Amino acid sequence: MTAAIEFRGVSRVYGEVRAVDDVSFTVEAGEFFAMLGPSGSGKTTCLRLVAGFDTPNQGQVLLDGADVSAVPPYERNVNTVFQDYALFPHMTVLENVAYGPRVRGVAKSDRQASAREMLELVQLGAQGDRRPAQLSGGQRQRVALARALINHPRVLLLDEPLGALDLKLREEMQIELKSLQKKLGITFVYVTHDQGEALSMADRVAVFNKGRIEQLAAPRELYLRPATAFVARFVGSANVADSALAQRMGLGAPFAIRAENIDVQAESVVPAPDTVSVPGAVVAVQFHGAASRWQVQLEGGEVWSALLPDSRRMNGLSVGSRVKLTWPRDAAVPLTPA
Amino acid sequence: MTMRAASTFFWRRPYWYLALLLVPPLLWFGTVYLGSLFALLAQSFYAIDDFTAQIVREPTLATYRQLVTQPANVDIVLRTVSMAVAVTIACALIALPIATYMARHASGRMKALFYVGVMLPMWTSYLVKVYSWRLLLAKEGIVAWFLGKSGLSGLLDALLATPGIGGPSLSSSYIGMFLVFVYMWLPFMILPMAAALERVPGSLIQASADLGATPSQTFRNVVLPLAVPGIAAGSVFTFSLTLGDYIIPSVVGAPGYFIGMMVYVQQGTAGNIPLAAAFSVVPILLIFVYLSVARRFGAFDAL
Repeated sequence: MTAAIEFRGVSRVYGEVRAVDDVSFTVEAGEFFAMLGPSGSGKTTCLRLVAGFDTPNQGQVLLDGADVSAVPPYERNVNTVFQDYALFPHMTVLENVAYGPRVRGVAKSDRQASAREMLELVQLGAQGDRRPAQLSGGQRQRVALARALINHPRVLLLDEPLGALDLKLREEMQIELKSLQKKLGITFVYVTHDQGEALSMADRVAVFNKGRIEQLAAPRELYLRPATAFVARFVGSANVADSALAQRMGLGAPFAIRAENIDVQAESVVPAPDTVSVPGAVVAVQFHGAASRWQVQLEGGEVWSALLPDSRRMNGLSVGSRVKLTWPRDAAVPLTPA
Repeated sequence: MTMRAASTFFWRRPYWYLALLLVPPLLWFGTVYLGSLFALLAQSFYAIDDFTAQIVREPTLATYRQLVTQPANVDIVLRTVSMAVAVTIACALIALPIATYMARHASGRMKALFYVGVMLPMWTSYLVKVYSWRLLLAKEGIVAWFLGKSGLSGLLDALLATPGIGGPSLSSSYIGMFLVFVYMWLPFMILPMAAALERVPGSLIQASADLGATPSQTFRNVVLPLAVPGIAAGSVFTFSLTLGDYIIPSVVGAPGYFIGMMVYVQQGTAGNIPLAAAFSVVPILLIFVYLSVARRFGAFDAL
């Protein structure tokens, strides 16, 4: 089976900036694929290359095995949900959704019928006659989704689609998007800078940094076994020891340790066998509800954080206390040196 | 009272602040600007006494009757309106590609260059430009000379032989007058059009292409409808400027009268201020009708 999307050594250069730098990957048909990274990491450029809004300077972009590097967007069987939704303000909701069939020459009654069907699918059946400006953010999001799905694309591209919604709505939409994708069996490519979103929805996640893919793996793998310091920090919010710091701790190679694996203990406590222990001073304790995040400054000046259940109040420990950070030796994840 | 105390005074009394802000300009706008306009409108409901040539200050529709029943007056209105429509359409057709380029494609220096280029003619005196055009379009002028040199004088002769709009030379025909009008008002079409096109978000154009629309479909279905308010604004400028102008028709073109000239002549040499006022009401009515029609067709829906 040919891959839905394939990048072969793709680069996109704007002047001096290598927005996408020799990137290769494949997305299988029916997969929920996330592209995760900070702004400017190249993930959105990759999306634009798939959609056809941009063309690579080097390499090839293949859709269903065919090189589409020079194919304009209107001839690609790919549709996009835009970050700002990009709904046409001068058309009603129904006209927006029916736009794809309209420009492809589908008869008015047919395209309106399928547009109504799509609106039902996203639970907006009653809003067809409204203008986009009269809808809430979440409703606009659904219209954008219906409009993109009406063409039955092979691939649906989603560019930070939930970025403008509030937290509760975002969580609802995450579940809905995921079930919609399962139901329709369409390949989803989801661009986001929110690692929680990527981890909870995607089958596989490509982590972008400076125009390159740092790691491409399933969410669990990415979280538990980050390959690089960047992935460890960006995906797992983990504490990272570079070569110098690791050496000072007597551990040799660079590694990452997630905050929930670290314990904070009084200076006097003798560490258990098979644990690593590092001295430091508490600089802040942030209450997060179920847990508290302890910020501890190591002797080299690095600030590490430990996530502790809030129920475990530390006897006599507070900001300024001298403490020990301890973790089981096997909880540390070795990293490939940058 | 210190500056700070005054600021606090107005901050706590927003209506006072609003009054301070608006009363002076509204006084000017209301009395000098609208007031004189209404005085003019009121004049149109007076009539002139045919024997004494005095204005009779009694409300009457006699002047309007004179306007719509005398064939010469109707001709003037029709001539002016035809010219205004032709000029507006020509300006829109020329401005659209230029404005599209300025708003959607040019960037940085190129964009600045185009904006300056469009506005540059406005830095020169209007009269100088009109008289220059008369020379350019004259029988012995550079346009005729150039067409002659490039073997196209047959084309010019055929054009000038067209009944109705032709004439002995470009500078004494309606074609020449049309060219000058288009030249004069083009910036007033390009600038609002470019501003409107610039406001169309790029993502809408991408979304249209993404959904399968070819560039020409995108232009027709998305860009143009969203730019229509700008085009309407520009066309109101070109239309009303042509309706009211009296200098271009008196310097360039055939001898037929235009509304602006009629207003000038009636209130000046003829001393028939009511008829001048009635003539000046015609463009106001026409623009009003034009805007209502444009609105009915949804020109302002995207505002």
